[in-house]
Amino acid sequence: MSDILIDHVEMMFAGQRGMPPVIALQDISLAIADGEFACIVGPSGCGKSTLLKAVAGLVRPTSGRILVGGRLVLGPGADRGMVFQSYTLYPWLTVRQNIEFGLQLRRLRRDERRRISDHLLTLMGLEGFANAYPRALSGGMQQRVAIARALANDPEVLLMDEPFGALDAQTRTVMQELLTTIWEQYHKTVLFVTHDIDEAVFLGDVVYVMTARPGRIRARVVIELPRPRTFATMTSEAFIKYRNQILAMIHEESLRAIQQPVNKQAQG
Amino acid sequence: MPQRDGTPRAGYQSTTVAQARVRESDVTLPQESWIARYLTPRRSIPSSVYTILSVLGFVGVLAIWSALSYTRLVKPLFLPTPTEALAALWELLVRYGFLKDIWASTYRILAGFAIAAVVGVPLGVLMGSFKLFEALFERLIGVIRYLPASAFIPLFILWIGIGDAQKIAVIVFGSFFPLVLLVMDVAANVPRDYLDIAYTLGASRWQVFWKVLVPASLPGIVDSLRTILGWAWTYLIVAELVAANAGIGYMIIESQRYIETPRIIAGIVTIGILGLVSDTIFKQLYKWLFPYAERVNP
Ligand SMILES: Nc1ncnc2c1ncn2[C@@H]1O[C@H](COP(=O)(O)OP(=O)(O)OP(=O)(O)O)[C@@H](O)[C@H]1O
Ligand SMILES: [Mg+2]
Repeated sequence: MSDILIDHVEMMFAGQRGMPPVIALQDISLAIADGEFACIVGPSGCGKSTLLKAVAGLVRPTSGRILVGGRLVLGPGADRGMVFQSYTLYPWLTVRQNIEFGLQLRRLRRDERRRISDHLLTLMGLEGFANAYPRALSGGMQQRVAIARALANDPEVLLMDEPFGALDAQTRTVMQELLTTIWEQYHKTVLFVTHDIDEAVFLGDVVYVMTARPGRIRARVVIELPRPRTFATMTSEAFIKYRNQILAMIHEESLRAIQQPVNKQAQG
Repeated sequence: MPQRDGTPRAGYQSTTVAQARVRESDVTLPQESWIARYLTPRRSIPSSVYTILSVLGFVGVLAIWSALSYTRLVKPLFLPTPTEALAALWELLVRYGFLKDIWASTYRILAGFAIAAVVGVPLGVLMGSFKLFEALFERLIGVIRYLPASAFIPLFILWIGIGDAQKIAVIVFGSFFPLVLLVMDVAANVPRDYLDIAYTLGASRWQVFWKVLVPASLPGIVDSLRTILGWAWTYLIVAELVAANAGIGYMIIESQRYIETPRIIAGIVTIGILGLVSDTIFKQLYKWLFPYAERVNP
């Protein structure tokens, strides 16, 4: 079991240089079932990354609690793998060494490591690049290695923070298809943050829409599109209906986010 | 304007129709102006031009030197000719055992540099990685860094005498503090995401330090060492100011006493050459150790 339970989580950052404290997350509660693919969309700065880091155990919520597989999250651990938007491959390691990094930490035997990294290299279509250094790879390939590195540990939960955000549109589509294919095989619990509504609808079983800061959950949209999902899914009528529904909500929130400081000024 | 850096842009490849049309009518694009080719910020220039220009820098200095000295525009007492300086260097080498001086100085520089590195690199990494160490040392070192090494010579003499140790101490003093601060910066600038990723892959604090922070800092550390070794050479004269009986700095100070200007120039040129050699060795070491790195930082 590796469901995620986020229970009344609040996150406050101390204000910098005399500014008032920032409430990044306010009273967030959500439950993600074991093996579910959950996407989070919301306007910029609403606390999506903060929420993901809290689940990873990299930051501690100011109040509330997070449980993964029924266990309270107290710190980071190999049971929750993470992929960032920025390119985070270790430049001093080859592609294979990057993928095996977590296995090496656990002192897995060499042949065992090899078996796992070989499998992932094939899965990700990176066979020819095992011994290349990250800087020789395109952005899309680097993110495939980053996903492989997270998968190598066989985590129960995969946390992804806009992993395709820096990629061009074509590469992104290919990566989305690759990710659904992999997920449909492994059924890990995934928490996936994105700006891209199409991406959220295409990938997710469920899409959470967050409000502008302070971040709260505004809506939970269950995506009942059939699987396996393919490129054709994106042109279906149901897909477009979901997309427009979420788009309208996001648009409203983005407007609010922009207007917020203006209103404050007018008042003050 | 295609081929800005010698490689076609990705966007260009898709405009096949336009390309085809160009090829058909065999239009040649107008030549780029001289300014566009050589004075666009960050734009690379042909490596042959680069080499020629870098040699030209030396030639220029030599030319000005020659012009001022051969014409006797400046008195030979103040500025000897290049040939006189070369002759002085030759004489020093074959008649006055200058090699012994070179070795004495090199030894002092290397010993001082090694001591500074052995203590300074670990300290800098700790300070860049742990706020605790940063808080403890950063301000202190920031202050000491501005104290002139020469001001400490009397103290060094008092503490460790006038032997080689005193000379090495000056080099250590001059290079240790800036090295620590450089290395601290390198370690502190390792991207936070590198550490976070390691934690989510199951790394302990210990492992994050040794398997992420240290290897991520290494190229920057080697680069810092290169910079600092360069600075160490600049302390040579100060180091050999007191009670030396060998060394390039000592030779220069002695020559000053006898107004042997050609020898002074010869000594300065020697230091320059040794500095260049050590710099080149470090650059090669960097390339060899870090094949994955983009390039040596300027
Ligand atoms: N360590 C921190 N200290 C202070 N404030 C922080 C910190 N981390 C995040 N914040 C603030 O919390 C808010 C939420 O940040 P977060 O990065 O989670 O937003 P996000 O939804 O991921 O934004 P984006 O879509 O742009 O990535 C922002 O206003 C940010 O300035
Ligand atoms: Mg973010």
